[in-house]
Amino acid sequence: MESETKPTFSKSTGLPRKRFYRARAHSNPLSDSHFPIPISPSHLDFSLHFPKFFGANNEEVSKKAEFADIGCGFGGLLISLATLFPDTLMIGMELRDKVTEYVKERILALRKSSSGGQYEKVSVVRTNSMKYIPNYFEKGQLSKMFFLFPDPHFKEKNHRRRVISVDLLDEYAYVLRAGGIIYTITDVEELGEWMRSCLEKHPMFESLTQDELDSDPVVELLCSATEEGQKVARNGGQTFRAVFRRIAYVS
Amino acid sequence: MEEPQIEEQNKLIDVAPALISVHPSQKSIAVTVGSDLRVFNLIDNSPVTLVDESNESFHKDSVRAIRYSASGKLFVSTGDDKLVKIWSAESWRCLNTICSEKRVTAVAISHDDSYVCYADKFGVVWVVELGGIKGVSLLSHYCSIITSLEFSPDGRYILSADRDFKIRVTVFPEEPLQGAHEIQSFCLGHTEFVTCIAFVSSPELTQSYLMSGSGDSTVRLWDITSGSLLDTCEVSTVAGHLESNETEQTQVTVTDLCAIPDSSLAAVAIQSFQGILLLSCDLSAHTLSITKVIQIPGESFIPTSISVSTSTLWMVSGASSGSNQPGYSRVRVISCIESEKSSILEDEQIPGGAKLLEKLQGKASIEESVMIAASEAVRTAMSSLLMKKQYSEEKREFRKRSRNDKKTIN
Repeated sequence: MESETKPTFSKSTGLPRKRFYRARAHSNPLSDSHFPIPISPSHLDFSLHFPKFFGANNEEVSKKAEFADIGCGFGGLLISLATLFPDTLMIGMELRDKVTEYVKERILALRKSSSGGQYEKVSVVRTNSMKYIPNYFEKGQLSKMFFLFPDPHFKEKNHRRRVISVDLLDEYAYVLRAGGIIYTITDVEELGEWMRSCLEKHPMFESLTQDELDSDPVVELLCSATEEGQKVARNGGQTFRAVFRRIAYVS
Repeated sequence: MEEPQIEEQNKLIDVAPALISVHPSQKSIAVTVGSDLRVFNLIDNSPVTLVDESNESFHKDSVRAIRYSASGKLFVSTGDDKLVKIWSAESWRCLNTICSEKRVTAVAISHDDSYVCYADKFGVVWVVELGGIKGVSLLSHYCSIITSLEFSPDGRYILSADRDFKIRVTVFPEEPLQGAHEIQSFCLGHTEFVTCIAFVSSPELTQSYLMSGSGDSTVRLWDITSGSLLDTCEVSTVAGHLESNETEQTQVTVTDLCAIPDSSLAAVAIQSFQGILLLSCDLSAHTLSITKVIQIPGESFIPTSISVSTSTLWMVSGASSGSNQPGYSRVRVISCIESEKSSILEDEQIPGGAKLLEKLQGKASIEESVMIAASEAVRTAMSSLLMKKQYSEEKREFRKRSRNDKKTIN
């Protein structure tokens, strides 16, 4: 009864083992969901995600999630960001069931093993961010949004499934505050051009200058912090970044 | 041309409810049944002959949305044949026919008559200039059927409601052809597909508020600037009340709603209710409540579409039959809808009288059995289109079985 023999966890680190959370690399963003969606951002139960900060007694919710990692995969970026920004609440969003489970377990295990409480502010939710972003975040709530190595959907007929498009950027601009930053990176050149072009076309985003990129400590995490990014580096591949700032509408 | 088997399956979804729209100053009135567009001139009490230079039969498939512009100068009709037809509401000539790539589900005209916006089944809202040939993308609800499009009364915003419970309020820009990218707010709160939206305001207050009807049995009141939900009005109790066999509260769909001009009232049609609800909006207290229930006696008349002009409420109940037989439509009228003395008019009393009914209904009287069968068909068609299919866990696993790309563990 007592023994913590969860077969899917490593006995030495206490962390979940990826091989028991295998999933396909792709998930269909067009199919209707059968996971619960909050009706509106005020219906999101923060006490479930960040139990140390929000008690069940309907306490005043003063802090809100500021960073969102869209398609967070196995959670590598979130874990690194939590160290860099210990006071910021952040949420990862992932469509695949098993992968979300892995990230949940990983966060819980890290919370248990770390003393500084730095992982209390990280959480993950299983959802389709292409359809439900406004259900999770209020207008101007986020200061950073991440789209790391999104699915390229190579075929032209599948381009409409890409997570970055001029239409979806309307919604991302809505949840990002003015001055908030959107970070994108890919190892597929055509997708990199596509994402940059969508951001350039959109009237509510402007590119960061090279100086601004150099002085932002988050930028180098884009390549190094995730499993996908590490794989690309191992294979000596090139990456294509587009980092833009949300600005007031310019007609 | 189509396989008979596919046609059988499509028959269910193809049943289209009859629609009605009356000119803002009641100069004319239009009804559609399936692909048939029928217009009656209320000024000289005569049926209107539509003039379309491009082809004889106007729409080739079910019409899904019609409306007059706020000025009353234009009329637009569109639907499953992927054509958006813009008519002059004075000469009834077709001014322009726009081809859409997908079936069109909703349409709106800007208040200055310069732009027509139309939305398709895949969630894209298109905009076209009055003299334009092709629409350009204005905004998009990712993969969600758009059920209703409206401009705010001051013309600043365009609102789009979808099947995924959302209403998006977007700033309508100076240059709409460049796209509408600035989202003002989302009105989130409905727990089922949103079917209809309309603005209500009173002559004293300059501010207007949004009302929305949904498949979740409620009509809600919103402040569109902030997207906040002001009040929710449950309407399922009314429908349940009058059906003697219903003991449990089932969800009913709000079919249509329209605001009554110069009042803070709105008329609401509900899927299983033979009549109309009148809702009153208290604009200072921000509340919404049922103020009157008007039952239509004598026949099973369930409105599929309603439209109001000054204080006369026009209602139609009907549907296309989905096969080669023509559909039917039955028109009823309630006069002085906003006053205590509102009355359901008999056929002889309605403006246009027997001539109007002959034109809009196709014939002077309709059989009861036809009406009952059709209202059931409309109800099934709407829920199969808009309700998300809920599969049980076993059914989902069964459907996944045909996938051939799963890795096995160990």
